[in-house]
Amino acid sequence: MIPTKRKESAEIIHTGQLAADVYEMILKTELASHAVAGQFVAVYTKDASRLLPRPISICETDHEKKTLRLVYRILGAGTKEFSTYQTGQKAELLGTLGNGYPLEPAKGKKILLLGGGIGIPPLLELAKCLQGEKVTIVLGYRDNQMFLKEDFEHYGNVYVATEDGSAGQQGNVFDALEKSEDINKLNHDIIYSCGPMPMLRAVKRYAKEKNIPAYLSMEERMACGIGACLGCVCKTVHKDLHSHVYNARICTEGPVFLAEDVAILPEEQNAGEEITCGRK
Amino acid sequence: MRTEIKIAGVTFKNPVMTASGTFGSGMEYQEFVDLNALGAVVTKGVANIPWTGNPTPRIAEVYGGMLNAIGLQNPGIEVFLERDLPFLEQFDTRTIVNVCGKSEQDYIEVAERLNDTSVAMLEINVSCPNVKEGAIAFGQKADALYHITGEIKKHSRKPIIMKLSPNVTDIGEMARAAEAAGADAISLINTLTGMKIDVERQKFVLANKTGGLSGPAIRPVAVRMVYQAAQAVKIPIIGMGGIADTEDALEFILAGASAVAVGAMNFVDPYATVKIVKGIEAYMARHHIEEIQELIGAVHE
Repeated sequence: MIPTKRKESAEIIHTGQLAADVYEMILKTELASHAVAGQFVAVYTKDASRLLPRPISICETDHEKKTLRLVYRILGAGTKEFSTYQTGQKAELLGTLGNGYPLEPAKGKKILLLGGGIGIPPLLELAKCLQGEKVTIVLGYRDNQMFLKEDFEHYGNVYVATEDGSAGQQGNVFDALEKSEDINKLNHDIIYSCGPMPMLRAVKRYAKEKNIPAYLSMEERMACGIGACLGCVCKTVHKDLHSHVYNARICTEGPVFLAEDVAILPEEQNAGEEITCGRK
Repeated sequence: MRTEIKIAGVTFKNPVMTASGTFGSGMEYQEFVDLNALGAVVTKGVANIPWTGNPTPRIAEVYGGMLNAIGLQNPGIEVFLERDLPFLEQFDTRTIVNVCGKSEQDYIEVAERLNDTSVAMLEINVSCPNVKEGAIAFGQKADALYHITGEIKKHSRKPIIMKLSPNVTDIGEMARAAEAAGADAISLINTLTGMKIDVERQKFVLANKTGGLSGPAIRPVAVRMVYQAAQAVKIPIIGMGGIADTEDALEFILAGASAVAVGAMNFVDPYATVKIVKGIEAYMARHHIEEIQELIGAVHE
């Protein structure tokens, strides 16, 4: 049996640029055969001075063709290196990592997908998996370079917000939500989200107010990617079953969490401290 | 050819171990590595009670290495005994438990809990640079190290490895203090205290400001310190610091280490440990070496 997690060298079968600093690469790999929406892979740079692999969410999976599509933003030297890769080259990756978005809770529900910036890509595979359900998609971009927007249009109604107001609603995904009568009338009963932390906090608040479940995909600096180093933890509301403290590993218990389980709001920042740091 | 080594009466099938904190309790790496192939699994630090660790970011990459400031997050000895040790007992390898504490009593409590277990040895962490109390406070002054080593020896029936910090003036003096207090072995080096600043944001990258530097960047420092420690003491040494491959591991052995541990490079190559086990065998065959013992400390004046 081929292990579901492994490091391998995968052939790059396509590369492209989707926006000013947003790129894609499609990799041919057996890892695709069991990848699920919301999981990620960790990609190593070829420059050995940069040790750690870069965690990148899976944008799309083709189980038959055994391909993974990765869409990433250039955030530093590592991702800059990835953007120079050409079709036919190989990429070293560790995968597939983490737990994806659970699909079961969405069955028969009115679903809202909220994606912000480079948090948008993993929602595409999710949208694909939710075909047949009622899906509304709200995407927040910096400007009118709306990468992946057309891909999303195959799977639901897409609403857009841009920070500079150059397309769609000016502002963020919540500005689009609040100002659009159409979206509000739908009375969504479940949210799936990925985006920057301020947005995830707002999603948590919004879901709480509406009393509906929200799944968030979290991000943190990682080292091992497989749950050994405890580098990428997030605070939790309940004591985590593995760590036995109020911390969960984003790479292993996550990256997708139920909003009510993660302590991301300022008022939750001291959750559990008095219990787990008894000797402080 | 014989790759077995012996430390304080405990036989290890080969000299390749995992460095504490980089391998969890072995569970996380079993999908990549046959744990039976390793000389020993050295666990993540275990305290008497669960520790939350530091805020994030806990990780920063630097040239040829990484900084970590995990802060010894761990589920405590109770969970270790109920969950992690039974897991490790399924494998034909040795378990070395890394023990951390904020006070002398914390260390003693964990050591006593491990007395009647299958654990082969304890590695006492007096060198973690990322926690405010305990840990490194016991490992940066020779008299403090001597004292805590002696106290733990009084309460533990397992052989004791003292894990030394490189953040000291004279590593030989520290090694001698551990040996004089009755340590059965020493391991070195723990991470070097470092810092990274985000120039664009004009902020510290790590929430803890400082972190422990590991990876290939520190290897020459580690090899030098293992060599110096080997000149200073007779007790066995477990060498570590940026070991990525067989050649790196042999460097430590030739400098005087009886065993080696792979740390940060597990993150780069999750198969590194088993590759090194095979690589050492191939090296021994190529150099017609019957006993690995012949290589330990083979390079000296």
